[in-house]
Amino acid sequence: MTARDKILGRIRQRLGREGPLEGAEAAALRARIDGHQRGIVPNRTNIPHAAQVDLFQEKAEALAATVSRAKSLNDVPEIVSDYLTRHNLPGKIKMSPAPFLDGIPFGAMPMIEITRGAAEASDEVSLTPAFTGIAETGTLCMASGANTPSTLNFLPENHIVVIRASQIAGTLEESWDRLRQAFGEGNMPRTVNFISGPSRTADIEQTLIMGAHGPRRLHIVIVDDGPEDT
Amino acid sequence: MQVESRRFKKQAHEALHDENIQKAFSKVKTGFPVNRAKAVSELPEFDDLRDAARDLKNHILAHLDFYLETFEEQVTLQGGQVHWCSSYAEARDAVLKICEAANARTVTKGKSMITEEMSLNSFLEEKGIEPIETDLGEYIIQLAHETPSHIIAPALHKTKDQVTELFHEKHGKYGFHERLTDPQALVNEARSILRQKYVDADVGITGANFLIAETGSTVIVTNEGNGDLTQSLPKTHIAVSSIEKVVPTLEDASTLLRLLARSATGQEMSVYTTFSTGPRRADDIDGPAAFHVVLVDAGRSELVGSDKQDLLRCLKCGACMNHCPVYQAVGGHSYGWVYPGPIGAALNPQMVGLEEARHLPNASSFCGRCEEVCPVRIPLPKIMRLWREEAFEKQIAPKPERWGIGLWAFFTKRPALYRLATGLAARLLHAMGGRRGRISKLPLLSGWTSVRDFPAPLGKTFMQQWKEQKGAGK
Repeated sequence: MTARDKILGRIRQRLGREGPLEGAEAAALRARIDGHQRGIVPNRTNIPHAAQVDLFQEKAEALAATVSRAKSLNDVPEIVSDYLTRHNLPGKIKMSPAPFLDGIPFGAMPMIEITRGAAEASDEVSLTPAFTGIAETGTLCMASGANTPSTLNFLPENHIVVIRASQIAGTLEESWDRLRQAFGEGNMPRTVNFISGPSRTADIEQTLIMGAHGPRRLHIVIVDDGPEDT
Repeated sequence: MQVESRRFKKQAHEALHDENIQKAFSKVKTGFPVNRAKAVSELPEFDDLRDAARDLKNHILAHLDFYLETFEEQVTLQGGQVHWCSSYAEARDAVLKICEAANARTVTKGKSMITEEMSLNSFLEEKGIEPIETDLGEYIIQLAHETPSHIIAPALHKTKDQVTELFHEKHGKYGFHERLTDPQALVNEARSILRQKYVDADVGITGANFLIAETGSTVIVTNEGNGDLTQSLPKTHIAVSSIEKVVPTLEDASTLLRLLARSATGQEMSVYTTFSTGPRRADDIDGPAAFHVVLVDAGRSELVGSDKQDLLRCLKCGACMNHCPVYQAVGGHSYGWVYPGPIGAALNPQMVGLEEARHLPNASSFCGRCEEVCPVRIPLPKIMRLWREEAFEKQIAPKPERWGIGLWAFFTKRPALYRLATGLAARLLHAMGGRRGRISKLPLLSGWTSVRDFPAPLGKTFMQQWKEQKGAGK
């Protein structure tokens, strides 16, 4: 008897069943899964979208992330350059290969050297898109893929995220729906990261210290929706 | 993990006299519970979510076989592999086989209580594979050759000064010779050492807070980001999980996530919540090439359908211990196994045997705070009481204790005799108390009187006073 048979057999025996669930009972459980039925969703995001974007910013800042607002992608190079100067960082950025970021005119900022790809241990600053933002808690949702390597979210000490306002959803559940829409039912990306502020630890005498293993700093640039988003 | 629960009384006694332990654990009550209370007050839906989570977990346990099989199907479909293990030994062997197939010399590890249960680190070391704990707390206790004293803050018992000395002693080989006293500097030093370990590791092992049946994903929750570096940089990712972690859908996981971090640390969300599904895709440019789930039973299925099934709802948030006056006083190590505090007192007798852990269900004043804060409403005091009864019935409790309880039962079943005896005792003790009203020595009760006086009764029992005052019309 395999361990699998042993474990499942013992569970069934304890539940007073002979074999696996079949027929209507199994179908009901299957339907429960396929229905993606929502549980209790906090009411705090039950507000207009513009207010959700503000809530996202407020929550993210409370988590020790910093947030800038930009009118368009054209504003992003200056925001990034200011950020690098403010934290005394070299003008070198590892950027996701995501096409969305192609729209940022870094050509106007020759002091910043951009390379694209997955993170390496020597990278100090990463720049990535996000899949969604979640207003409920100020959380970013990142979906891995050929153009969005997830190591960029963790390895460099500084993580800059550029997100469109329209990508900000109210709740976790709305974000899941968007993910299913984008990737197809049953197709999860290899890694889905929810990120709520920069890395921290309280493992030494419960004293909160930032930058345990992941980024010490998280900067989020919220870009107003372009004409293609509305 | 080596079981030391039998020595609970001795360990608790030592902890009460250990200055460092008292200093470290005295901070528990002003930290976690205060933050939790704030987070709860900011979410009006919190208590409704607890009910929903309790019902959800009960639903899962009633269909556990179905959800585990569905989970396995999805993992396989996504190109991963599930390894079913009914015992710790099987689970250790499953991990070893995967490591050997990957020619692993070093493995990095995210914090995982199930791998503590199965003593994975010492096993891998014996087999010539170096395990490196990456959660800062776990890293500290691994360096110190110690065990966790809290399920989410494993190095809670360590003072900063002890960490200073530990790093100074162990980090010389990496070229760090300064004795650091600033917590930020200590974290930075550990960070820079572990950075290279992530890159060099052949296999990354994490635990799992949830398994998603719908998608075949494993979920980890961290604040440091160590779990993510552990699972994304090496070629192989192994998630070790116990069977009761499975949940049906992403929506169900969301419900539990809203409770988990708030209950644990008072955060709305932990910094990193990560869903991992299968190995890297064909066109991905990072991520592990192989994905394994080691699914461990080790006694859990025995709890299904039992009078203690509620234990399987546990999310491992630590709220019960954070709010427990006994845990705050005696610390985590006194409990002598992986799970300390109320959840340990209720769960460990099942996992390591009642004979070994019989003291633990007694280490409670039944104040009920643990149940009050439990996000999935586990009736912890009730389960401890079930263990006490079992210890009595199975004659595991020592004879004097059983005789004492037997004698008590004899009297309580005979109310007239009981009133007579307690009336006599109250008068006798009152007389012994003298004018001070305190007794400094009592036969059979030296456990009490050796450290404090026993307050003498006023001379009358409650029943006597009740009769008199009712008679007086008060």
